[in-house]
Amino acid sequence: MSDLALWSLFVAVGIGTFALRFSFIGLHGRLHIPPLLKRALAYVPASVLAALVVPAVTLTGPDKSFAFDNLQIPAAIIAALVAWKSRNTLLTLLAGMGSLWLLQAIF
Amino acid sequence: MKHPKNQEAFLAGAKALLPLIAGVLPFGLVTGITATKQGFSTLETLGMTLLFFAGSAQLVALQLLRDGVLPLIILLTVLVINLRFMMYSASIAPHIHSLPKPLKWVLSYMLSDQAYALSIVKFTSTPSTSHLPYFFAGAALTMWLSWNVSVLLGVMLGTGIPESWSLDFAIPLAFLAILVPAIKTSPNLAAAAVGGLVAVLGIDAPYNLGMLLAAVSGISAGLAVESWQRHQLAKSKSGGTYE
Repeated sequence: MSDLALWSLFVAVGIGTFALRFSFIGLHGRLHIPPLLKRALAYVPASVLAALVVPAVTLTGPDKSFAFDNLQIPAAIIAALVAWKSRNTLLTLLAGMGSLWLLQAIF
Repeated sequence: MKHPKNQEAFLAGAKALLPLIAGVLPFGLVTGITATKQGFSTLETLGMTLLFFAGSAQLVALQLLRDGVLPLIILLTVLVINLRFMMYSASIAPHIHSLPKPLKWVLSYMLSDQAYALSIVKFTSTPSTSHLPYFFAGAALTMWLSWNVSVLLGVMLGTGIPESWSLDFAIPLAFLAILVPAIKTSPNLAAAAVGGLVAVLGIDAPYNLGMLLAAVSGISAGLAVESWQRHQLAKSKSGGTYE
């Protein structure tokens, strides 16, 4: 991607994100959020994050395929358990990376 | 902010955010390290960080950039992820209405998950005063500083980290750390399960539309389960008399 395209993308994201954040604060009282959109927004984090995590963990290699010897899968399961119990980003990262390194050293 | 009470509220907001830095720091480090390892210059990474000021969106954009996805698709995907800010904006608007206009512009840009969550709890649990909105300003500015400093630290560490550490894996882990606590209800579980499955099935979809399709399918699944639950609830309340 050219420098111009890259910076155009960054600026477009910046303007778009600012518009989303400013929307109701800037137009206070003159804009109403439709009820269906409000309900839908509640499911954005779960669906988007799962859509990011699951392929990144399960599909590996340059051709992004499933492999039975993919050590990321057990490491991610351990990290998920830690996340569930601790609700702590740092602990989750440490548990996941630690298990991956340990598994890589063993297998 | 000349009034001492305003300053007091500002400092209280800043102080309330401090413990959250422990969660922000690793996320910012991973973002800075990833961008640097992907070949972005310090200027590009900092420009991206300042323009986005949204961690999840930035990591997603980095991943999509690495996969060579069309910029328009990256823009759309990122804006879907950032839609939640609109909800925060709607929710916090009445509480910060009294602030001067230029400050509201700046604070809109600095609206984050953390600053929003802290402030809305504060605003809804304490009686409203003219200085209380400055609590949000303190939390928002502290979050903004922590995030940018964390990413900068990541950039400085960046290339010093060897390939054998498999640090790429830190990105899905960082998302996992936010995802797991977000799955509190069965509609959320459905949204996550469907979103994850569709993303895997759609990995070879053209223009990397799989990600966007997965998000929309997951959201629809969440809404469907929620509607079904309401229906069940209505049925049990009416004594099971309607079939």
